Amino acid sequence: MAVGKEIKTKIASVKGTQKITSAMEMVAASKMRKAQDGMAASRPYATNIRNVIGHIALGNLEYRHPYMEEREAKRVGYIVVSSDRGLCGGLNINLFKKVLADASEKQASGAEVEFCVIGSKATTFFNNMGAKVSAQISGLGDSPSLTDLVGSVAVMLKAYDNGEIDRLHVVYNKFVNTMTQEPTIDQLLPLPKSDDKAISHRWDYIYEPDANSLLDQLLVRYIESQVYQGVVENIACEQASRMVSMKAATDNAGDLIDDLQLVYNKARQAAITQELGEIVAGAAAVG
Amino acid sequence: MALLTVNLNVVSAEESLFSGSIKSLQITGSEGELGIMPGHAPLLTSLKPGMALITKQDGSEEVIYLSGGMLEVQPNNVTVLADIAIRAADLDEQAALEAKQRAEDNMNAHGADVDFAAVAAELARAVAQLRVIQATSKNS
Repeated sequence: MAVGKEIKTKIASVKGTQKITSAMEMVAASKMRKAQDGMAASRPYATNIRNVIGHIALGNLEYRHPYMEEREAKRVGYIVVSSDRGLCGGLNINLFKKVLADASEKQASGAEVEFCVIGSKATTFFNNMGAKVSAQISGLGDSPSLTDLVGSVAVMLKAYDNGEIDRLHVVYNKFVNTMTQEPTIDQLLPLPKSDDKAISHRWDYIYEPDANSLLDQLLVRYIESQVYQGVVENIACEQASRMVSMKAATDNAGDLIDDLQLVYNKARQAAITQELGEIVAGAAAVG
Repeated sequence: MALLTVNLNVVSAEESLFSGSIKSLQITGSEGELGIMPGHAPLLTSLKPGMALITKQDGSEEVIYLSGGMLEVQPNNVTVLADIAIRAADLDEQAALEAKQRAEDNMNAHGADVDFAAVAAELARAVAQLRVIQATSKNS
């Protein structure tokens, strides 16, 4: 019976797609758990070092590190963390929209912007856009190591040291829960001030051994830990977002199959009815 | 009012090891042993491999091994940013002894390919771990 052959093939192809999306969903779910653990493990360090840095920025220190000086924002640098792969819903594009909105705000007030991109999605996006990309890295995998990141981050730090950029932000998706990922822009440099009211008077640290080497050491760690945290959070977000969107895709494929099946059954019934009608009519004509 | 307790956070790159109010903290700074009491002046220092002895609010003590890192003290807040931190109870005495032996052997071997600074650091870590183990076994 030739009826509904196209529909049959269509159903088979949708079923194939459904199998892929449901497999991707399961893979993402198991990877997410791992990524979430990794993120939760390094989060306390990142939060605490950020607090410490907040205190330092408030203090009245004898040694003014260049990272502490507020300069007029003529050029702004962004470190944009994205995923390497697609099929994770609106995760990356939401992030890019947020960056572009922030960047155009800065541009409106006369500042130039440049980007350091992490992840191939951001690379493609910003290159297509024709934005100034000063460093890029991709292919970090599911468990990135700090050493992979250091190179491209160092490019931005060097630019800051040379006065080529006056602000540095890191942009990533913050993992709130499985359903919610929040695009976040955090200021890295100059050091963001803490809003701890208890220590607002003038003070300086006691340093052991000396201020310069301690601060240099601490600030480098600070930048690295913040960027690293951004990257691991983004990985957890990527997996969560992929899991959710693949689940939606699997459900949609199911609906599509149901609809197609209905159309197919109707067509088959119509064909049978027609055939019966023909046979009856033929029999009547003979008899 | 004199402060009786201070808030302490001990974090390493892998986990948060301690968070809460303490009466005092004894820790190995790069220039020597430090005792931090509530209301300490702001202090920033790097840490050597060694131990942190925490006296909690209820008087009980906790010992954590630190491989190094940074210490920040604010009058109302103390933060330890450790490179590697291990709770004393989780330390392996046998492994520490072996590491110490290995480091000493390496040092004595005088091979051209031995990075003396790295070996010395390894030895310092192993010795610090052993010290922590001894300190805790004495207490218990």
